[in-house]
Amino acid sequence: MKRLLFALPLLVALIIGGFAIWGLSGGRDPSALPSVLISQPVPQLDLGPIEGVDRPGLTTADISRMEGIKLLNVFASWCAPCRAEHPNLTRLGQEEGLTLIGINYKDKPEAAAKWLEELGNPYTALGSDYAGRAGIDLGISGVPETFIIDADGIIRHRFAGPVVGDGLKRFMDALDEVRK
Amino acid sequence: MIRAALVALALLASPAFAVEPDEVLSDPALEDRARAISANVRCVVCQNEPIDSSNAGVARDLRVLIRERLVAGDTDQEIYDFLVLRYGDFVLFKPPFKPSTYALWLGPFAILFIGGAAVAISLSRRPRRPATKDTHLSTKEETELAKLMEEDKSL
Repeated sequence: MKRLLFALPLLVALIIGGFAIWGLSGGRDPSALPSVLISQPVPQLDLGPIEGVDRPGLTTADISRMEGIKLLNVFASWCAPCRAEHPNLTRLGQEEGLTLIGINYKDKPEAAAKWLEELGNPYTALGSDYAGRAGIDLGISGVPETFIIDADGIIRHRFAGPVVGDGLKRFMDALDEVRK
Repeated sequence: MIRAALVALALLASPAFAVEPDEVLSDPALEDRARAISANVRCVVCQNEPIDSSNAGVARDLRVLIRERLVAGDTDQEIYDFLVLRYGDFVLFKPPFKPSTYALWLGPFAILFIGGAAVAISLSRRPRRPATKDTHLSTKEETELAKLMEEDKSL
């Protein structure tokens, strides 16, 4: 009994040390926020089209009518990481047969139109969220953010940040998870 | 002269408040409530700062939104619920008491209880000093004491 008591400080040190190692390893991002929208249907959105862009706006009903897996991408022309991830999303849409839906966040319509003309427009539907209210409804903290929506219109994954490099790999893993 | 100007400038300098003049409501009571709510809501971009003092775009949007809802007649609780529905409990600096936060709220008390129990057990195990020591006065001391008391009375 006495001997056990002497081992106690060592045990406590091991527990704390183990927790520290767990916390520092495995590429965990402590600032990543859990999204409350996972496993939930898409919140009520009703966004008009971007002026000067030949794509319809979007509502939640429109999204649930679309078939297959959808990527809901929140982007802006003023956001450099959005530009970086754009070719990846375009390619994903083509190669994986995904429907791309865009929300143009706090952006001037003319700037967004120019941006899409320059980089290509892979989106089936495009909503303009000039006031940023749809962004709040989706609980985003910035752009870009991409949500994976399954065939039933349920949000399955929230990806904050650009889908590039290591992020692309993590995004593909999440996509495979949804496809299962 | 220059020194006076510098002092005046230093006095003018005040901490930067994130709430911008165009956000402030004309009704001071509502504005006070808005400030109180904003102080309890975490900014999701700069995570350890309340939206009240954050300069992030989303924080400003949330401040404006809170004020709009206050003007529309929402209660404080309705506003908190609205935010939690979108951003989760994480936006509240004071998380609610529910199964997923039991460890958070009760953990410190559990640790205090374990520590207290450990102290109590170790104290109760310690062998007590035998109370055999004679505390009574001897006959000689008794008489001496009586004498002193007498002296005291005669004074």
